[in-house]
Amino acid sequence: MSAPQPARTAALQEAPAQAPANGSTIAPLLELKAIRKTFGAQPDWVERLGQRLGWLQPAAMVQALDGVDLSIARGEVVGLVGESGCGKSTLGRIAVGLHAPSSGRRLWRGTDLDALPEAERRRAGLGIQMIFQDPYASLNPRLRVRDLLAEAPRVHGLIDRTQQAEFVAALLRQVGLDPAVADRFPHQFSGGQRARIGIARALAVKPEFLVCDEAVAALDVSIQAQVLNLFMRLREELGLTYLFISHDLGVVRHLSDRVAIMYLGRIVESAPSAEIFSRPAHPYTQGLLAEAPTLKVEKKRFLAIQGELPSPLAPPRGCHFHPRCPHAFERCRLEAPYLQEIAPGHVSACHLNGA
Amino acid sequence: MSETSPPPAASPADSEVERPLRRLARMYAESRVALFGLALLLVIVLAALLAPWLAPQNPYDLMQLDMLDGRLPPGSASGDGRLTYLLGTDEQGRDMLSAILYGLRISVGVGVVATLMALAIGMALGLAAGYFGGRFDAVLMRIADIQLSFPSILVAMILLALFGQGIDKIVIALVAAQWAYYARTTRSAALVEGRKEYIEAARLLGLSTPRILFRHLLPNCLPPLIVVAALQVAAAIALEATLSFLGLGLPVTEPSLGLLIANGFQYLYSGRYWISVFPGVALLLLILAINLVADQLRDVLNPRLQSQ
Amino acid sequence: MNAQREPTLVVGRLTTRFAGLGGAVTAVDEVSFNVAPGEVLGLVGESGSGKSMTGFSILGLVDPPGEITGGSIRLKGRELRGLPAREWRALRGDRIAMIFQDPMMTLNPVLRIDTQMIETVRAHRRVSRDAAREMARDALARVGIPSPDERLRAYPHQLSGGMRQRVAIAIALLNAPDLIIADEPTTALDVTIQAQILFEMQTLCRESGTALIWITHDLAVVAGLADRVCVMYAGRIVEQGSTAQVLETPAHPYTRGLLDSTPAANVQPDKAGRPQPLRQIPGMAPSLKELPAGCAFRPRCTRASTLCEQTPPEVELARGHVARCFHPLSAAEGLKS
Repeated sequence: MSAPQPARTAALQEAPAQAPANGSTIAPLLELKAIRKTFGAQPDWVERLGQRLGWLQPAAMVQALDGVDLSIARGEVVGLVGESGCGKSTLGRIAVGLHAPSSGRRLWRGTDLDALPEAERRRAGLGIQMIFQDPYASLNPRLRVRDLLAEAPRVHGLIDRTQQAEFVAALLRQVGLDPAVADRFPHQFSGGQRARIGIARALAVKPEFLVCDEAVAALDVSIQAQVLNLFMRLREELGLTYLFISHDLGVVRHLSDRVAIMYLGRIVESAPSAEIFSRPAHPYTQGLLAEAPTLKVEKKRFLAIQGELPSPLAPPRGCHFHPRCPHAFERCRLEAPYLQEIAPGHVSACHLNGA
Repeated sequence: MSETSPPPAASPADSEVERPLRRLARMYAESRVALFGLALLLVIVLAALLAPWLAPQNPYDLMQLDMLDGRLPPGSASGDGRLTYLLGTDEQGRDMLSAILYGLRISVGVGVVATLMALAIGMALGLAAGYFGGRFDAVLMRIADIQLSFPSILVAMILLALFGQGIDKIVIALVAAQWAYYARTTRSAALVEGRKEYIEAARLLGLSTPRILFRHLLPNCLPPLIVVAALQVAAAIALEATLSFLGLGLPVTEPSLGLLIANGFQYLYSGRYWISVFPGVALLLLILAINLVADQLRDVLNPRLQSQ
Repeated sequence: MNAQREPTLVVGRLTTRFAGLGGAVTAVDEVSFNVAPGEVLGLVGESGSGKSMTGFSILGLVDPPGEITGGSIRLKGRELRGLPAREWRALRGDRIAMIFQDPMMTLNPVLRIDTQMIETVRAHRRVSRDAAREMARDALARVGIPSPDERLRAYPHQLSGGMRQRVAIAIALLNAPDLIIADEPTTALDVTIQAQILFEMQTLCRESGTALIWITHDLAVVAGLADRVCVMYAGRIVEQGSTAQVLETPAHPYTRGLLDSTPAANVQPDKAGRPQPLRQIPGMAPSLKELPAGCAFRPRCTRASTLCEQTPPEVELARGHVARCFHPLSAAEGLKS
């Protein structure tokens, strides 16, 4: 299998006025457009009455995603980085279809998935699978490995009963497990082995696109390296496309062709991997890179980012990062910056860009 | 190349790991009291099932009763010398041992059938409420709350007063009084399990909703339900006995333990204790045995202990 | 730099075993190290390596069926092993403090921060409530908590995760302990918050002369924080030395493997611009119940020989740099390739 193309410069504009820069011949595999997501209970009639009479404050709504655009080309590995509460997991769950966006569209090879009839959407949805964070909670404890792996392909008619044993054995070999373990239950495996089973389960329905949500965060360092290598090998063998969500810059840097940085519900910067690590443009990216622990033996002499993440219940006006930004000025407090292209394939949302 | 090659798989050393059921059995057997409870329960249930073959006489075949043997104390011989009344007789000359065995049959039967029906109904409703949430969940749980705020005996008495007597009526009354426990338990388990990633994975794999509900979600909600069901069987039996004792439960043609106790009640003060006390002891042992088993099940099925 | 000073803590051949079904398990196996005043010791290992159990042993918090079966723990010359429970309690929170990964292990959710801090002070010394409150406020200010007076009146649930961990650290600092044992205190926190806490801890220990043992799985955290590092595997310290020695010229193949497995350090794309696979350690950590004889790392080690079936000796490669290995990497081999 030929190596997929690295780092396709994809469109990442906030303003819909600017047409996406895909003059390239291939449409993106998955495209998320102007995704917004708010969480919060819908008020019931008592609360609505209370609010109308002015006795109750409207319930707090968490704005998890605030107009996010992301498009991912076939064969590309996009890393999505951010701190807890920035909305990266929500974006991942919208990408696979587990959450519905409050507004915005999800295009799979150019067609709007959520406009399709139920049956077709379900079939198309098989192409997008997720690798989960928790190797314990992500496997049904009551099913044997062979049932975990073969259930969905059997239901969808991809294999029949006679092929099942061979199919399961091949999948297990593919993720580096002994086919003899097919009769075991999840509790009989270590964390790293469970992670492999979770990957095998996703591969069972022949997906093209994997969303990995902190997929190696719960694993020990030496096991984490094995699983990362497995992801890379599967990419070569199967031509997979990845959205790799992680808080760990090292992990993302290692795998990704392109990296997008999120802060409080918005993408603040996106660029090819090498570019973003060598020439970070957004002050938040710069701070993250400076604060991430490295193996360099040296004591920190300064802090790049002070303070804490503001509550997503009440995000700051203007640029969400301005209360912690060392370069913030008046405009940052009033006006949210748009993503602008500052180098080929490198976009950043900061008022300092033009300056 | 060697770097990308997979590492060796799980060591074969741990291949003879226990199957889950056998592990549960081993954990259950760790308590002697629980084993005693299980043995007692088995003996009682077997005795109830085999009553027609075990009982010295059929207490409801009037041809076999002799009014002259009425109210004999325990250990008396029958007038014709063919039987020894180990636990005495009631006012109609009925052998109490036989009456208790037949009564157990009805009590256990009604308790188990009512529990299974309440379990099925409550489980289905609770599962749907927990998984789908929304308005259905809100309405269902408010109904359950309202119902649980009345004592179950009150609910059952109201229903029996409306429907009248009969074994089918009392089963309906018991189901109506108890479904809410199962619905609540299932719902809370489904809420916890339904948020886990394996349910999300099942959705992504395009599995149908009934399949996710019954093959993935339900089996993982069962442990707390089994414990509740075990305890509720005892509660159902006790409730039925209470209703029958009050004369609201089963008709005299189908005398359960509660009715037997009621029949002997008037003789307690005249010293003929056996007519009331022995059915009472049988009821006590039955409920005790069920509770001992349920307690140990609760410990064994505790997920915190299970995870090892 | 602190070598000539008397160490705060001397741990010698410490062994902790757990009796259990199917034989005893040795969780901590002849572990020896020193920590000097103001020094930060990084105790690094993967899950099951015994790093946390080492910390619990020093704190006297090993519960049955676990038991310290050998070795010594000397705090400022005083032997702690075999101390009665009452004296242990008097030491903990006073001379030895601890910080856990979950700050709620330290904080009581139903008490206000000031109540908890004042209690901690007054449990160990006779001061007035006002004086104790003053000390609590100073401690909060020292760990970088803005408006400490306000935070004192808060309940733990009103604070963010990072802020709670800071309060837990402030409580640990309250009685100016000789030794702080911190078990993965920043693992659950975001990168930026972690950086702030690491930065503050360093400064605080250096200024107050408190010895700090920082238990973590993350070599990168240790690189920026610790003066010395101990690497643990299957209950034993397999390598120890200064941070530069261990991280820059690792001698034990396991340490080398851990460094190679850390993605942060290994970004060298090939000619096509694709990242190279990490050089992973094959296999997984053995269960403590079925450790191989000799070196426990032997089955996963590329350098293993039949010699490794014996218990490996401690080899001093440089001053203060010790590895437990028959085939240690030379300084040239240990350098990043």
